[in-house]
Amino acid sequence: MSILVDKNTRLIVQGITGREGLFHTQKMVEYGTNVVAGVTPGKGGEWVLDDKIPVFDSVKIARETTGANASVIFVPARFAADAMFEAADAGVELIVCITEGVPVLDMMRVRSYLDQKGVRLVGPNCPGLLTPGEAKVGIIPGEIAIPGDVGVVSRSGTLTYEVLYALKQVGRGVSTCVGIGGDPVNGTNFIDALRMFEEDPQTNYVVLIGEIGGTDEEKAAAFIKEHMTKPVVGFIAGQTAPPGKRMGHAGAIVEGGTGLAADKIKALEAAGVRVAKHPEEIPSLLP
Amino acid sequence: MKLHEYQSKQIFSQYGVPIPKGRVAATAAEAKQIAEELGGRVVVKSQVLVGGRGKAGGIRLAKSPEEAEDLAAQILSMEIKGLPVRKVLVDEAANIEKEIYLGITNDRAARRPVMMASAEGGVEIEEVARQTPEKIIKVHIDPLLGLQGYQARDLAAGIDLPREHWRAFGQIAQGLWQAYLKSDATLAEINPLVITAENTLLAVDGKMVLDDNALFRHPDLAEMRDLDVEAEAEIEARKYGLSYIQLDGNIGCMVNGAGLAMTTMDVIKLFGGEPANFLDIGGGASAEKVAAAFRIILSDPKIKAVLINIFGGITRGDEVARGILAAMEEVQPEAPMVVRIVGTNAEEGRKLLAEADMITAETLADAAQKAVAAAKGGN
Repeated sequence: MSILVDKNTRLIVQGITGREGLFHTQKMVEYGTNVVAGVTPGKGGEWVLDDKIPVFDSVKIARETTGANASVIFVPARFAADAMFEAADAGVELIVCITEGVPVLDMMRVRSYLDQKGVRLVGPNCPGLLTPGEAKVGIIPGEIAIPGDVGVVSRSGTLTYEVLYALKQVGRGVSTCVGIGGDPVNGTNFIDALRMFEEDPQTNYVVLIGEIGGTDEEKAAAFIKEHMTKPVVGFIAGQTAPPGKRMGHAGAIVEGGTGLAADKIKALEAAGVRVAKHPEEIPSLLP
Repeated sequence: MKLHEYQSKQIFSQYGVPIPKGRVAATAAEAKQIAEELGGRVVVKSQVLVGGRGKAGGIRLAKSPEEAEDLAAQILSMEIKGLPVRKVLVDEAANIEKEIYLGITNDRAARRPVMMASAEGGVEIEEVARQTPEKIIKVHIDPLLGLQGYQARDLAAGIDLPREHWRAFGQIAQGLWQAYLKSDATLAEINPLVITAENTLLAVDGKMVLDDNALFRHPDLAEMRDLDVEAEAEIEARKYGLSYIQLDGNIGCMVNGAGLAMTTMDVIKLFGGEPANFLDIGGGASAEKVAAAFRIILSDPKIKAVLINIFGGITRGDEVARGILAAMEEVQPEAPMVVRIVGTNAEEGRKLLAEADMITAETLADAAQKAVAAAKGGN
């Protein structure tokens, strides 16, 4: 078991003929992910990766033809909202949007619409999902994690890799790694992931990696206190970030006194979460 | 991206929000001419992207064109909170009976825009929110439906606005929402929105912040960027698609990924050092981009050591190493370098750097400690 993606995932890649899309499709296929189709409007009928993966003009046709149940989006930011709407309307159950730089008003509309349809979104501006040994959807390097019982949920990209790598160094494996992304408005949040990990029989521990900005970590802390029986270890990035400055990620900003790392750490510790001082300390804090 | 008052008000006006007659001036003579055209009393307002302009003496009332000229000359020679005043807005002075507040911003937690009104305008809304939050009336706007008429009426009633103004208030609220929506703003506020002695509503001050991610669909608005508020190195970094923020410490950082870049700063601090910057070279960074990043970091004279932390995923370690070596040749840095490369092609990267005089590290904690020691000259 795992959450969100596994061997049964049948994946569509939106933007498969683009540079990033094609590169990462190859990596996903090499990892063993079942990529059943790609979509690039205007390139329907072509094939990519040694003619193994068919390209369609629309997600609807791709899904009807291949029975896909998930989609990963690599299209440029200006087309990302359209791509998410299209996937949702085509009946895809899980959408993972890797694209960075999607306007926040677009994301508010997308999120509002997807919630009405009951479609799960991960991202945008995220590294995607990795269930070691089964499937990866997105850009997380597959070789830095091994299968195991630690669920990882994170707002970051390379910082997540750092943690996966540190876990692997001590032989700890991962059930699923969920990169929820660094944007102020996104799909799946910490609480969604925590709830899934709590219910997943393979997961025994959870690592939560947050950063400055917003109040999602505080809300996650309240949820952990109320509902989590599995131990949670945390890390919060941005303790030295100056207020009012956006630290790379669109959502990583301390505004009007909210979003401070210190407040998040305090909230998590009050909920019984062991918070690491630096990412390489995380494995030693896991029971 | 923040807009100036005059820019914000012009945008509001395009969507039907009434604003005072007035124009922007870059010289005292222009200010005088505008005052002459307007006739009567005018307000001369510094256009800088910081709060507290009034307190700093950057907003003054003039009774004649000559006085407007004098005041403009004074204000144009000022610096407010470190920013030079390059322009003044000369507005017809309003006869203010009452000041209220009306604004829209994104509510991250609710994942939708929120429109807020308060009967207490002219003061910082954050201050009102802290002291008397019950005085702020809020309505959340469905991003798929937009602001509804009843929501604006709820705000008007909530702040006890006299009924005779509801209609005009509704139009202003709708105009502000349209300005917000069509400009991809993250903040649009009228503070104060005044009731004049002539019993009309008028937006005498305005502020807008735009979503940087949406500027691609607003080339006209993107041109309004005021470069005075950014450090030169930050402007340079943007040209190369790098995310750079200058800080006060002496250890330069070059990292791939925003979260890891923040973490690298934190770990430097944890081991007793002070980071000099935040710098994310992004994914798949090429040698050329890395060289640019290097030049930008080293342009800061405070730098005593540089910590390079690369987790190779999409970014390949050997490519980064080549970028570092190319930049080293070009910049000839004196500061010691601590490099940590992990992940894809890390081994090849390390081999390339071994020939140069660089300190290498296996872990992030180790790298941070070595950089702190190097910055203190104890290496």
